[in-house]
Amino acid sequence: MSSSSNLVAMKKVVKQLRFEASINRVKVSQAAVDLQQFCMQNAIQDPLLTGVSSSTNPFRPQKVCSFL
Amino acid sequence: MSQDPLEGCRISAGKKSAVSLGKALHPPNLLVVVEGTCGACVAASPVSAPEGSCSYNVAHHHLCVCVRVCMAWQGLQKGETLASLKQESENLRRKLEEERGKLTDVELHQVAEKVETVAALSIKTRRVLKGHGNKVLSMDWCKDKRRLVSSSQDGKVIVWDAFTLNKEHGITLPCTWVMACAYAPSGCAVACGGLDNKCSVVPLSLDRNENVTAKKKSVAMHTNYVSGCSFTNSDMQLLTSSGDGTCALWDVESGQLLQSFHGHTADVLSLDLAPSETGNTFVSGGCDMKANVWDMRSGQNIQSFDNHQSDINCVKYYPSGDAFASASDDATCRFYDLRADREVAVYQKDSIIFGASSVDFSLSGRLLFAGYNDYTINVWDVLKGTRVSVLFGHENRVSRVRVSPDGTALCSASWDNTLRVSRT
Repeated sequence: MSSSSNLVAMKKVVKQLRFEASINRVKVSQAAVDLQQFCMQNAIQDPLLTGVSSSTNPFRPQKVCSFL
Repeated sequence: MSQDPLEGCRISAGKKSAVSLGKALHPPNLLVVVEGTCGACVAASPVSAPEGSCSYNVAHHHLCVCVRVCMAWQGLQKGETLASLKQESENLRRKLEEERGKLTDVELHQVAEKVETVAALSIKTRRVLKGHGNKVLSMDWCKDKRRLVSSSQDGKVIVWDAFTLNKEHGITLPCTWVMACAYAPSGCAVACGGLDNKCSVVPLSLDRNENVTAKKKSVAMHTNYVSGCSFTNSDMQLLTSSGDGTCALWDVESGQLLQSFHGHTADVLSLDLAPSETGNTFVSGGCDMKANVWDMRSGQNIQSFDNHQSDINCVKYYPSGDAFASASDDATCRFYDLRADREVAVYQKDSIIFGASSVDFSLSGRLLFAGYNDYTINVWDVLKGTRVSVLFGHENRVSRVRVSPDGTALCSASWDNTLRVSRT
């Protein structure tokens, strides 16, 4: 009967919501600072952000080679 | 059984009675589904009942009936009704909103005001990988930073060397629309799946002459298309997402289902595993507009976010594992912090009206690359929320963008049958 399955489904929803409501949360200001810090710390090693010298770049455009 | 679940029922001997459970059982804490043949009387016909009611044949003051107690009902407290549960769920939802709201003391872009703006990027297409005969739907990088696997609508899966443009392996699947493909951490196998409702693992061999397609092994079985797949930290376990609304964790060797994840109310379109340092969780996004974070061991849905206004096409963890981004058909990408349990940024522009199909972060997490259905890739400043750059080149929808494991290149797959590898 649909009402009993509705009841079971509803019970699951309530249980899930109770679980979600009980987790520990951090303030956005704190979380934002941490995200920013991570970015800054790793920015140097980020090739797409800072670019990479062409000598180490395996995708650099091929140079023309001429016979001497 | 330890207790007679029909204790307290009024039984009319010798008659076949239909009893509505709500009234017959006291206290109403058991849902009884009656089915099967009677154990005691051989000649009795099978007893079956629609859910919610039971009918039983009574003979000689004994109940000759097979009863199965539905476990889900145990623990239903006295007085709980549909109405009271609905009320409680409304209250809980409001409470969740309140709790989340209390912690929003500042916006991410406000905190990031003092940060230097990103210098102009000079990312250009360095390689165009041609070879697929139809739309390229998915791709994944190998950990060796140069190989990649791609899958397309015509059922072909190709393993490429991105430096030399060499096609190293070609696998033909018997189905079309191979929507998911992944490279194994060891680099020795690839997984792929799609409209065949399966995800198969194909070991790659160094022997050129060997037919890799023949060694394909079905691992995952779903009841609808497979939309995404990913190996966990080893080649031994595979995580899949499916159009049947579930995600599942499989053992590759035996094909056994280790854990399934239920909670989405529509097709699941994407999944991403948390970076290994942060533990056993993954995030999934689907057509129910929700992004859910799951515990891989228990199957529990830990957190849920429903900010999007249309299907979520892609989800991706931030490199630190404390946040993730999502791309949606509502033309926005959003950024969520897991510890603050809320959305902290929305990446959108009035001029962007086409859905976003895929997102990935640069190595430091400062840049978010997002592929859109208007054939472009927008590059967003994650902290400031502004667009840094637009990458052009594809001649049809961008279906997937992935940054290489060392962060040096961006690969984009498109419905124009090509993949492009871009670098600074």
